Amino acid sequence: MSPRYVMVIDLRRCVGCQTCTAACKSANATPPGVQWRRVLDQESGEYPDVRRTFLPVSCMHCAEPPCAEVCPTTATQKREDGLVTIDYDVCIGCANCIMACPYDARTIQHEPRWAYGVPMAHELARADPGRLSVATKCTFCKERIDRAAITGQTPGVDPEVTPACVNSCISGAMLFGDINDPTSGVVKLLESARHFRVHEDLGTGPSIYYIWSET
Amino acid sequence: MKRSGRALDRMSPRRQTSWDARAATNFICGGAGGGLLAATALASPLGVDLRSLIVLGLALVGLGLLAVWLEIGRPLRALNVYRNVATSWMTREALVATLLFAAGAAAVVLDQPAAIWLAGLSGIGLVYAQGRILRNQKGIPAWRHGLCAALVVATGVTEGAGLLVMAALIWPALTPFGVLLAVLAVARLVVWRRYRESLRGVGVPVGTLKAFDAIDVPFVWVGHAVPIGLGIAGALLGWPIAVALAGAAAVVAGAWFKFVLIGRAALTQGFALPQAPARGSGRPGVGARPGWSRAKAQ
Repeated sequence: MSPRYVMVIDLRRCVGCQTCTAACKSANATPPGVQWRRVLDQESGEYPDVRRTFLPVSCMHCAEPPCAEVCPTTATQKREDGLVTIDYDVCIGCANCIMACPYDARTIQHEPRWAYGVPMAHELARADPGRLSVATKCTFCKERIDRAAITGQTPGVDPEVTPACVNSCISGAMLFGDINDPTSGVVKLLESARHFRVHEDLGTGPSIYYIWSET
Repeated sequence: MKRSGRALDRMSPRRQTSWDARAATNFICGGAGGGLLAATALASPLGVDLRSLIVLGLALVGLGLLAVWLEIGRPLRALNVYRNVATSWMTREALVATLLFAAGAAAVVLDQPAAIWLAGLSGIGLVYAQGRILRNQKGIPAWRHGLCAALVVATGVTEGAGLLVMAALIWPALTPFGVLLAVLAVARLVVWRRYRESLRGVGVPVGTLKAFDAIDVPFVWVGHAVPIGLGIAGALLGWPIAVALAGAAAVVAGAWFKFVLIGRAALTQGFALPQAPARGSGRPGVGARPGWSRAKAQ
């Protein structure tokens, strides 16, 4: 059975520090205003039982990705290992996928943007004109995952082949791994805790699981 | 004090900003143009030379496609739009539009009934494809509702009939088609009512309901009452000016509705928490679904 990569986020541990957001920006050189990963902040409940929850979100790499279904160009594809990818050379930037995504995960940036108005040397060095005017989103750091096939390492276990956000998490709230491998950390954690996926009722089969309580 | 669901960082739905007036123009002009081609096919047995209406229909569809071409990020790659006929209604819209222009051109040049009817069917196909484009957008609750596609189709054919009867000022033989316009307006009114009731029932972002509430009264009166009243009266009494006014009201109201549908009412899904995690007290808490008309989380 081929691997199917998922992310498990323990909401009991997340402190909303946005380190994963910063790590993602650093690893993927996303410009100002574009966040492939972010942490939402939500208050809920009723006094005195009021809660504040931090919800890290990104592309959910859905099992049934609505973005791929509506894409008129086939630029958006789902790989066998579950990663949803975009071919920047094929995408026409029609934004159909943005409308189809219930997770607000995609962005189209039409003009280059720089942190301080004018480009700094490091920004110029990493700017990719191929990502302008096309849809972009979290890739689950697919370059790292693809490297695992060469190095023999295991995504989710070895940091070199694990998404940058997972590596960066200061509270150990994020795990990554193969849900088809019964020995993987993500499977063990999901078996030991109660979890949900966001907007499961829409039938998208998101690959990010959120833990909210013990079993 | 009840504090469930105050969003601090974009958890609530927000108005989509990726499709602007250019995309709305495609739905407005494409729908009206496709509807006009269908209505013209229906009127073709009258024996009146309506090829100029076919040209107008093609021009409207072309204007819509031009507008959307100006919106896409990589216009020089536009032909890639044909690559996913298997699942994408945008690809199917492009294919139907290609057939529509071929059939429409043949109808204008050859003036053959078969070409006119093929252009009319293509017009219906284009309107249907536009409805399905919206229907498949899971990120926009107002669009993914099953009746949204029906409403888009009903609006397109009503606008098409409206444009047709406006031409009664030039060809009075078209005046009886005021009855067709009235029938279509009644059908759209029924769909509009059921759509809004259903949205309230299943729950949608509050902003979507507000946007539709704001246009309901003028949309019902200008887009339905006027076309129904003047359309029937004009057709029965043989007043081209009355049916033309009815048609104009239907066209203007339909365009305004689609502009609101694509813009103001198009709020995103937002996020929901089915459960708040067990932290602090050690117990899990209630979830939240901020910004929705039905606040229950999932």
